[in-house]
Amino acid sequence: MEYVSAGLPGELTPRLLREPQWTDAMVDEAGIEVRDVPFVSVGGGIGSFVTVNYLRIAGVPADRIAVLSTIDHPWQTYEYLTRVSQIPRLERIRSDSSSRPDNIWGFPSYALAEAWRERTARPLLHVLGEPVFTDYWTPRAGTVFAGLARESARIGYPDMLVKGVVRMVRRRAGGGYFVILTPPAGSTATKRVAYRARFVHLAVGYPGLKFLPDLQAFRETYGDFHHVVNAYEPHEHVYEYLKTTPGTVMVRGGGIVASRVLQRLMDDRARYGLQTEIEHVFRTYVSGAHGPHIGSRRKGGHGFAYQGFNYPKSVWGGQLKARMRRLEGEQRAAEYRRMGGTNTPKRRKWQQQMRTGREAGWYRAFQGTVEEVHPGPETRLTSIVKCGDDTRKIVSDFIVDCTGLEADIADHRVLDDLLTHGGAGRNPLGRLDVERTFEVIGTASGDGAVYASGTATLGGYFPGVDTFLGLQVAAQEITDDLARRGWCDRLGLLRSTSQWIRWALGRPVEGSAAWSRS
Amino acid sequence: MVPILSGRIQTRLFLLALVGSVVTLALVPLLPGQAPLSERYGDAFVLLAAVAVLGIGWELLYHLLMQLRWEKDWPSLFGLLTGVPEGLLLWALLRAGAVPLAGSAPPGWVFAVHFGVVWLAVWLVANGPMRVPFLRWRFRGGRLV
Ligand SMILES: Cc1cc2nc3c(=O)[nH]c(=O)nc-3n(C[C@H](O)[C@H](O)[C@H](O)COP(=O)(O)OP(=O)(O)OC[C@H]3O[C@@H](n4cnc5c(N)ncnc54)[C@H](O)[C@@H]3O)c2cc1C
Repeated sequence: MEYVSAGLPGELTPRLLREPQWTDAMVDEAGIEVRDVPFVSVGGGIGSFVTVNYLRIAGVPADRIAVLSTIDHPWQTYEYLTRVSQIPRLERIRSDSSSRPDNIWGFPSYALAEAWRERTARPLLHVLGEPVFTDYWTPRAGTVFAGLARESARIGYPDMLVKGVVRMVRRRAGGGYFVILTPPAGSTATKRVAYRARFVHLAVGYPGLKFLPDLQAFRETYGDFHHVVNAYEPHEHVYEYLKTTPGTVMVRGGGIVASRVLQRLMDDRARYGLQTEIEHVFRTYVSGAHGPHIGSRRKGGHGFAYQGFNYPKSVWGGQLKARMRRLEGEQRAAEYRRMGGTNTPKRRKWQQQMRTGREAGWYRAFQGTVEEVHPGPETRLTSIVKCGDDTRKIVSDFIVDCTGLEADIADHRVLDDLLTHGGAGRNPLGRLDVERTFEVIGTASGDGAVYASGTATLGGYFPGVDTFLGLQVAAQEITDDLARRGWCDRLGLLRSTSQWIRWALGRPVEGSAAWSRS
Repeated sequence: MVPILSGRIQTRLFLLALVGSVVTLALVPLLPGQAPLSERYGDAFVLLAAVAVLGIGWELLYHLLMQLRWEKDWPSLFGLLTGVPEGLLLWALLRAGAVPLAGSAPPGWVFAVHFGVVWLAVWLVANGPMRVPFLRWRFRGGRLV
């Protein structure tokens, strides 16, 4: 989509760009169209969706909410990232049965719903045995999207969605904020539109892709974006090439995306009878269970640290959640270090595939630090890898970087502006500093507030932020905070129950266009 | 729900009082017994109270065991299976006459049915429907207040 509307009135003036706080008159003078909506969510991904979902169920009418986004459906970015990182619709995702972004209660769980739909008790028996006797049961990506589509229609999400790129959020004199949106070219009379809101919610997802420094250097030096790829970029050509020519792939990283890429390489190898060889480099090679004492030891082996989800399960509601909520500063950072780190689930299928590969010698995993990558011999690549005291030269046809999606928050324009002009600060992990209520500390404006959820807030009082369940935890805190401020009703026992019944019956939430028609 | 200690205890007391009572009210008339119904109800509710009181001790033990787990989680299967030792201990105490206010021990299978059905019902409610009215419960380690 095109976002540049040359020649239109309503551009940001130097004064607006400079001033941290704007008056209504300043915006007016710039000729920018102003729209009044009390609650604006920026992003329009899963984080915006679950937050708006909560508010709608708590009784906030659709016309009091606007979602400003570049995407058409809340799951669009998620679907893109999962697809390129080798989780097609029919594959099962990482999070568990009761992490349901389309259902604020988490009941019925995905497993129960699948059992019901397919008339089989298998998912339920699976969940009963997890994680002791079986791997965690997790839903198919396609099931998650379908559920989101249904819930989106039910709450009238399309009515709240406004397409465009958000440029900045600035405080408004007299309270609240201006959110500056650049709509698609030709869709509005002015180049920018200002949303005048009392509350702003930021859920902008990942600020950008992060590349390993040596791979970034390689790409920049040789202009080769074909042989060195990031797993979060489309890289289907790697798998296609291997179907035609035997080759070697170097996989870098020890997280779930590395596991997914390995699975794809190994599945293809088995399915098409290929001769793919895999060199797997771990910067941190985990050779067994690790941790300070018996009650604090995580499983590991063959390079990987094993954990069902990206954090220990109790961060979403148990002991670790309660504990982290009380920690500040360096203590909090230390606790993040203790339980964090790259990890992947120990799935039986993956274990089996890697064992086969190790035994046959075509899958080779080792610890190493890559110092440099250069082209050659011929069309191939040579990596200079430091393994302990040795230096090895490893030749491969492709390198798949499975390490990074996490750029610095200041790489995101809106967050950077908030840090520079909006009073926001960084938490002990360097990300956006938020309260227990997910209000961005230091950004209050009169009776208004800025909230944030998702990966930008990692390092706060609640660790599991970048997950469906974590986004729902944030949504609940935000909704409760808004109720405390008297802006909406607190979602209590009776309303929660009656709304759940509506959900179960597929009846629209009140106040959506669909509702007024029903 | 991944519990914290106070959440464990609160959830147990609440669900036994609510779900346990409903199940007991419905079940006792269906179970055999010579004594008048009111007396049988009395005995059954004493049993329920015993599960609650002993349960506080059990929950402490589970909490300690949970500390040995890296994730500090408590798989739902554990919640189901712990009914076995709890039921056996209660039965032993009943037989030994060590449960205050309890009458003579009922036949073993009557005890097993009552205890088993209550346990299963409480476990089922805790693993799903509980989240419907109590939206914040699962994020608070099972705490209701
Ligand atoms: C490969 C992968 C697999 C994952 N699997 C799971 C899983 O199994 N379970 C789980 O719980 N979590 C999972 N996650 C983590 C997380 O739940 C998802 O990434 C989720 O989509 C995060 O939601 P979000 O709203 O923070 O970001 P997104 O869903 O990415 O949405 C943010 C949106 O904001 C838009 N945006 C950004 N800036 C602007 C701007 N200035 N103006 C307008 N729009 C803007 C972006 O275009 C983007 O669409 C996974 C993540 C990845 C990458």
